[in-house]
Amino acid sequence: MTRAPLLAPLLSPLCLLGVQLGAAAVALFLFAIFLAFVGASPLGVFGDMWSGAFGSSFSLQNSLSRAAPLMLTALCTALPARAGLVIIGNEAALLLGGLGAAMVAMLLPPTAAGVPALCAMLSAGLVAGALWIALSGALRQHRGINETISSLLLFYVGLSLFRHLVEGPLRDPASLNKPSTPPIPDAHMLGTLAGTDVHYGIVFGLVACALSYVLMERTGFGFAARVVGGNLKTARLIGLPVSALCLGVCALGGAAAGLAGAIEVTAVHGSANATLYAGLGFSGILVAFVARQHPLAIVPVAVLLGGIQASGGLLQRRHGLPDAAVEVFKGLLFIVILASETYVGVALAWAERKSAAWRAQAAAAAQPLPAAAEPAPTLGVGGAE
Amino acid sequence: MSDAAQGIGLWGVPLAMLGGMIRASTPYLFVSLGETLTEKSGRVNLGLEGTLLMGAVSAYGAAYYTGSPWLGVAAAAGCGLAFGALHALLCARPRVNHIAVGIALMLFGTGLSFYLGKPLIQPQAPQLPALPLGDFSEQPAVRDALRVNPLFILGVVLAPLLAWVLKSTRVGLVLRLVGENVDAARALGYPENRIRLYATMLGGLLSGIGGSFLSLVYPGVWSEGLSSGQGLIAVALVIFARWQPMSCFYASLLYGAAGSMGGALQSAGVSVSHHLLAGAPAALTLLIMLFTCSPDRAAQGQPRELSVGS
Repeated sequence: MTRAPLLAPLLSPLCLLGVQLGAAAVALFLFAIFLAFVGASPLGVFGDMWSGAFGSSFSLQNSLSRAAPLMLTALCTALPARAGLVIIGNEAALLLGGLGAAMVAMLLPPTAAGVPALCAMLSAGLVAGALWIALSGALRQHRGINETISSLLLFYVGLSLFRHLVEGPLRDPASLNKPSTPPIPDAHMLGTLAGTDVHYGIVFGLVACALSYVLMERTGFGFAARVVGGNLKTARLIGLPVSALCLGVCALGGAAAGLAGAIEVTAVHGSANATLYAGLGFSGILVAFVARQHPLAIVPVAVLLGGIQASGGLLQRRHGLPDAAVEVFKGLLFIVILASETYVGVALAWAERKSAAWRAQAAAAAQPLPAAAEPAPTLGVGGAE
Repeated sequence: MSDAAQGIGLWGVPLAMLGGMIRASTPYLFVSLGETLTEKSGRVNLGLEGTLLMGAVSAYGAAYYTGSPWLGVAAAAGCGLAFGALHALLCARPRVNHIAVGIALMLFGTGLSFYLGKPLIQPQAPQLPALPLGDFSEQPAVRDALRVNPLFILGVVLAPLLAWVLKSTRVGLVLRLVGENVDAARALGYPENRIRLYATMLGGLLSGIGGSFLSLVYPGVWSEGLSSGQGLIAVALVIFARWQPMSCFYASLLYGAAGSMGGALQSAGVSVSHHLLAGAPAALTLLIMLFTCSPDRAAQGQPRELSVGS
């Protein structure tokens, strides 16, 4: 009885989690049908997906490395979303961030010290991404162009710019089969965490998500941005700098995605080339939606998705399933979880009723009623409805 | 094509461009016509990239296993219809975001088509026969350029037909009403979700046919790089075309020309980055919006219920 009110604030998040886990179960079931249909053993595949994603130290490290860019690209959608903007140009911010890092790498002398060089490359990625997404925010605020449309259009522009520069003016003449920018010297590459194969990108991802949480939930800037997203008229009425706030969240989101690109280049690829265009930005959009645009919820969703992608290799080796099988599962999972959003309202209403009942129960227990011989059972029954 | 272009000198450039334009524009034409229908009803389907690839792989598979390319086109149409229905049914539920569902369907369709297409990378499926409209000419370059595929002809007929349906028929009026003012549509007793279902299904069907062009006409094989984002670019093309079917037709030709111009110019000895040309239409669209939009006025012709940012 005294425990119930303590649990009450957790009830809504738990309900949300319940709906999403239920949706994930449905997606697993649908994927099992698909697997049975193509002649694979669903349970065997699920077991190997687990071991390929989180089952061993090696696979866990692989999953975390893959989760890092997803956390950052997800912030590119999640931060503007709090101010009511739907940005889907994450992929372009990532590509241009990677390109920015590679361009700075070309300017740096090979003898430059490692840490300052790395800082310069990562900052270049950060700035490139921030400017690109802020452009969408500016077009919305000053020209009334829908930011979803403009960020989609800017994605093509950014992609063609990236391809042109990588395969044209910035191309390393030595890269014959795979046009790339000149390789970054090993001394300038982003290293791995001591004793693991996980690169420092995961630290950047976690810190960025934590900082975003603090910024959006615990500061005046975040509160003002959420007012803009919640009710634009109110925000204007109380004199909030709407344009600056929209530009700010767009720039921050773009900076995160640009940083993801710079990290991929400096930690994984070693130069900017076409392999950077691998859909990490588009996956990030879905991570943000599944995490319901909450910066902290992005972390587990990104780790889960990184794990699913990491398990592809094992499925290929053990079950002869092509790498696209993982993509099918990813797509199914996203579709079902996004569709389950429709049941979130029902679940939240139930949680609201339940915690209201708990509050009433606690209030009744706190007051010494004359006829309160055993008030708890009756109220308990009422609360369980 | 490069041999032919050399045969008649610089005249080969416009001729090769014409042929290349027709070839490259057909998938854009179908996807953008389909997306116009969907968006006119007030929804955006960003999953058309996945639909395009599913159309391509189902057309190739059906043509290969049955031996009839037209059955392939039918399979692609059916596949597109199913994907459109899936998008519309999911988005009809309250609180489900159509942008996110579209992107999820894009990933799903891409993944599924790659999976189903694994055994189809090697074999050669029968292709749709081209109509030799250039046989009057002795010049092989002219013949080459005017060997027009039947799907392009279908698209050329469809564009004015859809424009007429949208503008002058009851069906088109109801579709536009749902996209412009859903409250008025409800008051008149039109079920907006069912109308959007039909519009999205038809949009998926057309995108599927566009996909069948990729695998059965040009480039005429199944490979995983087949679409290279054309389904997504077509969504931008619809904005460029201001949600008008006839403008979609012209815009498709323009996009196709931009895509094929690089190769044609290269064969004449002029080198221009084809990547920059590929991005030019999107940049142009943005520029046009920059000069025609203002904070008080949305893009002209945009359906008012098209709440892209909800």
